[in-house]
Amino acid sequence: MSGTTHNLKRMYRFDLTTRLVAKLKQEEAVIGGIGHSNFDLWAAGHRPQNFYMLGSMGLAIPIAMGVALAQPARKTFALEGDGSLLMELGCLTTVATQAPKNLIIILFDNGIYQITGGQPTPGAGADYVAIARACGLATAAWAANEAEFERMLDNALATDGPHFIGCKLDAQGPKAQTERDPAQIRDRFMRGMGTKKNRTLG
Amino acid sequence: MFRADAQEDDMQREQLESAPTAAEAWPDQIYDLLKQHGVRQVGLVPDAGHARLIKRCLADNDMKVVSLTTEEEGVALAFGAWLGGEKSVLLMQSSGVGNIINMLSVAIAHRTPCPIIVTMRGDFGEFNPFQVPMGNATQACLEAMGTLVKRADRPEDVAETVNATLRLAFNTYRPTATLLGQRLLGAKTFGK
Repeated sequence: MSGTTHNLKRMYRFDLTTRLVAKLKQEEAVIGGIGHSNFDLWAAGHRPQNFYMLGSMGLAIPIAMGVALAQPARKTFALEGDGSLLMELGCLTTVATQAPKNLIIILFDNGIYQITGGQPTPGAGADYVAIARACGLATAAWAANEAEFERMLDNALATDGPHFIGCKLDAQGPKAQTERDPAQIRDRFMRGMGTKKNRTLG
Repeated sequence: MFRADAQEDDMQREQLESAPTAAEAWPDQIYDLLKQHGVRQVGLVPDAGHARLIKRCLADNDMKVVSLTTEEEGVALAFGAWLGGEKSVLLMQSSGVGNIINMLSVAIAHRTPCPIIVTMRGDFGEFNPFQVPMGNATQACLEAMGTLVKRADRPEDVAETVNATLRLAFNTYRPTATLLGQRLLGAKTFGK
């Protein structure tokens, strides 16, 4: 685990997301942030416990916190891009203060707004792990490569959080696009959370 | 340090346990409604008008009170809470409504409850010029985003109005708001 951005491998978001999904055996919740973060979550294989954000840039972590507080026994992931996190940086202090033990934040940092044409973010030189630590998430760390990402996931799944795992991304685009039906996305996820149980008719 | 903490606790207990006058009973009535509706998460950016209600919620171990860095986070928290099976409410000042306009799309698009209790500024006898533009636009902005808005300007109207706002949200799956008018709260003067 690294606390600096030196010598970090730039990794492929779809590959990292696939590695994450492969480790989820306990119906863990995953909130995919807007844009390519949730596109690759969808592409990695739909699960009833996946939520795909179609809008509201920056809210993946606060949404995941609401889920995590409501269901403290379920590990809950937020997959958020660096551009999105910049919209709602303050939420890291809220997470640190509430300190939900079951919340795991994965930051996908490519330094650009990839979905709108690859423009650099105004935080391209920022160290988001250092920011997370300074906000009170003491164990925040960068994953240096894929093997370390998997070890950090194992640790996050096995220990109390909140956890924050930073990943530097390469320039590859997403593997697919999520289907855009917000009512269906919400309904499926609630059934995945066990909070909606009636049968679907027809 | 211990003594100071204890004194503060005593003061807070006294404030909570002393019965307010009839005109000031509405924050306790709102708290009772939150309990009746089974609200478990309370997201807030503090406002003086909500101070007593916030204290009541903080003193309740069955409520998770989340102090937010911006009201935007609250819309997300309320949504996540609902997905996870818990009811929530948001407390904010009218200026905070300006911060959540785009985020109300979450509750509209996904058809989920998002009840908001707003303490008004810039509304009735305001002294701070800066509060007037957003205070004057609060109801129009909320309604433009599909939020069902009700107002309470007299103490005797608060409970009924907040109850309607909670029922509309939880039964019809949409953002709803009660605006608590400055006439009810009393225009702040900061000693002027």
